[in-house]
This record gives sequence, C-alpha cells and structure tokens, in this order.
Amino acid sequence: MTLKLGVPSKGRLMQKTFDWFDKRGIQLARTGSDREYAGAVSGIDGVSLVLLSAGEIPRELAAGRIHLGVTGTDLVHEKLPLWEQQVEQIAVMGFGQADLILAVPQFWVDVETLDDLDAAAAEFRARHGFRLRIATKYHRLVREFLRAAGVSDYQLVDSQGATEGTVRNETAEAVADITSTGETLRANHLKLMKDGLILRSQATLWRSRMCKYTEAESASLAKLQECLGTG
Amino acid sequence: MPSRAETLARAAGLRAQFEAAGALPVETPILQPAETLLDLYGEDIRARAYVTSDALRGEQMLRPDFTVPVVQMHMAHGAEPARYTYSGEVFRRQEDDPDRANEYVQVGYEVFDRADPAAADAEVFALISKALANLELRAVTGDIGILMAAVRGLNTTETRKTALMRHIWRPKRFRALLDRFGGRTPVPPTRIALLAMDDPLAGIAPQIGQRDLGDVTARIKTLREDMAADPIAGHELSALETLLSVQETAPFALQQLRDVAVNLPSILPALDRLEQRIAALDARGVDVGNLDFEASYGRTSMEYYDGFVFGFHAERRPDLPPIATGGRYDALTRQLGNGEEIPAVGGVLRPGPMLELERGVR
Repeated sequence: MTLKLGVPSKGRLMQKTFDWFDKRGIQLARTGSDREYAGAVSGIDGVSLVLLSAGEIPRELAAGRIHLGVTGTDLVHEKLPLWEQQVEQIAVMGFGQADLILAVPQFWVDVETLDDLDAAAAEFRARHGFRLRIATKYHRLVREFLRAAGVSDYQLVDSQGATEGTVRNETAEAVADITSTGETLRANHLKLMKDGLILRSQATLWRSRMCKYTEAESASLAKLQECLGTG
Repeated sequence: MPSRAETLARAAGLRAQFEAAGALPVETPILQPAETLLDLYGEDIRARAYVTSDALRGEQMLRPDFTVPVVQMHMAHGAEPARYTYSGEVFRRQEDDPDRANEYVQVGYEVFDRADPAAADAEVFALISKALANLELRAVTGDIGILMAAVRGLNTTETRKTALMRHIWRPKRFRALLDRFGGRTPVPPTRIALLAMDDPLAGIAPQIGQRDLGDVTARIKTLREDMAADPIAGHELSALETLLSVQETAPFALQQLRDVAVNLPSILPALDRLEQRIAALDARGVDVGNLDFEASYGRTSMEYYDGFVFGFHAERRPDLPPIATGGRYDALTRQLGNGEEIPAVGGVLRPGPMLELERGVR
C-alpha cells in the first residue's frame, strides 16, 4: 500500500501546497480534467495524493484514513479536541497565515477588552432580553476561549460565510472569524479587540498518529521526511 | 467495571431507600428543551451537554442532570411540601478526557419544604451519608450563601455588587473584578482618556447591529460612575479573602467565619443558618466535629447552588468522580418558577462508582 497524502482540492491553498512540495523535489499534480479530483505524485515512490476539502482533512487524519495531510491549524484545533494525541505536526508551511479573532463594531467605543465584552453582554441581555450573539463557524475554539476568559451572557450563532456582514444584517452583535489583513473587518466597520486573538493559524503538514504503517509505508514516510528535511 | 444491569439494580435499591424515607418517585423526559438550559447556564453548557435538534421543536438536549426538570415539574404542579426521588441516565459530553463517562446513572433525592431549611439540609445530607456508610469516603461541606451575603454587604455600588454576583462561580473573573473594584488594577490610560472626553461618541463609525447607541451611551455612563466611586475598602477585601480560604472542621470554620464577620457583618444571618445546620446535622447523628467545611467548596462546579453544598469523595481513588454531590438551590426555583419560589435542597448519588469502590474493598 502507498502512503496517502491529503491535500486541499482547490484554490490557492492547493496551488501553494503544490509549490511547497515542488521546492522540495516532489511534484504533486491534479490529473485528468479540471473537474476530476484525481492526483499524481512524482519525485518519490510509494506516496499517493488524495484531494479533499481542507475542512475534511482533520477528520480523515483522526480516522487514520490518510497518513499525512495539509490543512490549517485552525481547522485541526477546532475539529479535533484531542489533536495532540491524534496528529503530529511535521512542518509549518509558511503560507495560509490567518488569525482567528474576535471583532466588534468600531463604534462600540466602550468595548476594548474581553472584560468590557463581558460587561456589555450582561447589560445587553438585561436591555434586549436575549444573550449577545457572536457569529462564527469556529464554535468549539470560540467557546473555549470565552470560557477561559470568564465571558458570559453571550450565544454563538452559526455563520459559514460572509460572517463580517452578520452585524450589519442584525443577525449577530459581534463576530469571531479568520482574518489575514483585517481589511474585510474594517470595510464592515468592525474592529479587533485588544485581547481578542483566539488562535494564529497557518497551513501545516500533519501526520496521523491513528494509522498503522506497513513496512513499505514506514519506508516511504522516512524517505519523504528526508526530502522535506523534517526527518 | 460493574455491568449495566448491576448498576441499575443498585440504583433501584437506592431509590427504594429514598421512597422508604418518604419520597415520591418521579420520571423526567430524557430530551429537554435546550433554550431553558442555555438561558440558565449560558453557552458553556454546550461543552457539557449533547445537543440535538429537529425541524419542529428546534434544539433539544439530552438531560445533563435531573434537578432542572424536577424543579420545573414541581413548580408547575407540585404539592407542598414535597420529597422526590428518581433514578436514570444523565448524559455529559466529554471533549478532554476519553476516560470519563459520557452516560451514567444517577439516583437523587430532592426536598421542597418551607418549614425548616436547616433540618431539610441535614435530612438530605444524613440520608445520602447513610446510603454511603459502607464506603470509605471523605465528606466535604460548604455554603455558597455565605459568600453571596458577603458580596451583597460590601460597601460599594450596586453595579459592582451585581457584577461580582454574576461571577461568583467563575473564581478567576471574580478575582479580576475584585482587583479592579479594589483599585489594585490600574485603569488603562485609553479608558481614562475616553471617559474624560466631553463627547466620547463624537465622530464615531457608522452604527451597525442591534447593540445600539443607547447601549453604548448607557455603558459609558456606568463606566463614569464607576470611575468616580471609591475603591472597595482594604479591610473588606482582606476579610473576603480570608472568608474564601476558610478550610476547617465545621465548628472551627464557624468560629473563624464569626471572626471574619467583624469586618463583614452582612454574613451574620448566613452564619446563624450555618450554626443551625450544624446543630441539625448533629441531631441527625452526623459527626459534625469531624465534618470538613470549605468556604470555597462548589464554586467551580455547582453553579445553581446558593446555600449549603456538599460532596462525597473517594480519596484513595482519585480516578473516580465524586460519589455524591448536592446542595440548596432556592434561587433556581425562583428562576424556573414564573414568579413562584420555594426553598429546595437535594443531592445525587452515582451507583456505578459505588459498586466499583465496593469491589475494591473486598
């Protein structure tokens, strides 16, 4: 059997992953038509390419269905509560940098810190009759972060995209989302909170701790680690 | 590990003991409306309870405990006074420790009685203690009501007291608030500058969302009032810290707390209740001279209790959860009672770990 390497199936993340491996003497490529999710690997034997959505790669690693996978720290931490036991970080790849942050409307001049957010949430609940809504798709990370900080009287509402627009659309009062430059935040009249950085994320190559390796697969892994300079 | 059948048989035996003590057996649904639990506990409950949903009823939770549904049932159509017992599974989502059970059996005993709260506290504790008599356990007691009385009696603004009360169950945040209200944490320069402005709202960004200008203005007013208020006095702060650190056998703890009351006289009625409870426990045959009392007990894990709290721990088996826990939850009956309220106290036992311990002993 071959060593299975999971890579995001589209977009910039896929292209940058291909470039990163190429610099290390391994060529990854999609084969067939643009629409076909099949891939080829050259420059090393015994490794096969599995194209997947970046969001599914953590799950596949945890299940041991792929040996290696490229995805963001944010997704691994969000989806795998015991990630340290399930996956091992092989290399941080130097692209796909993004921070998971908590943002509130710029005009909230009274809210700079989590301490303020907690007090504002209590007053909001008293005045409006419901818990202050924070839109996000990173439910577990945000909840853990706010619990550790002792913030209460909020609720998380699910937002799978265009999260920065939820405040203007009045489906949330604040947001927790990934940002790289902060431009989208500013354009939507939102600001970062001073202590609102939840997680720094970037594209990372992970190894599953959950698969069994045949002798051949172990040999391929050692060879790959050598090529990558991570052995 | 005891089998499920053995655990259920043990649960039935315990429930029979509670019925013999005068409790009415009750059943509650496994699926609970999520909204009630979320409003009580906040978003944190999602980390501990399984949430499911359908298109008609929306979000439902697999019952994480019996107390809330039993209180709701009693408040809706219970006779007074009432004693209830129940047994069945509760479900706890686990995200950190794969060795902890996510489904286990609890047996409980709850008392809704206005007549004599101290006697009701002692009744519940003594009954549970008796059911555990064959096991080597350490019982710990505490009283969240003393801490609440201390906070309510501080010589400071209502806003500050409300903020502290809100975070009684979050020791870290409570401490941060105390440091701020006591003047130990400096106000950040940006905050001082903002509040010093004639119009802090001049030239602000567009207003978006439902937290509106009224909310921001109201909070700025609150912040200005807070800035103008005197810090909480040093003797009150240190008395509160002494209170939180009291760990003694019950009679000595009471003595130490009486000393604390010199600087925090607001806790005196709560201390009288503690004294009555110790006497009531003594009258029930509890060895109060050797009963541990910790003033901070229950602060991190028992968020609806607002008076007496207790737990039974297997000290030689730190891998096991507390074998029994309980306490008084008068405020919860008020929150769930639609304008009604009744003093209430209760506790739960875990027959599974009880069986494990019994086998270890043999």
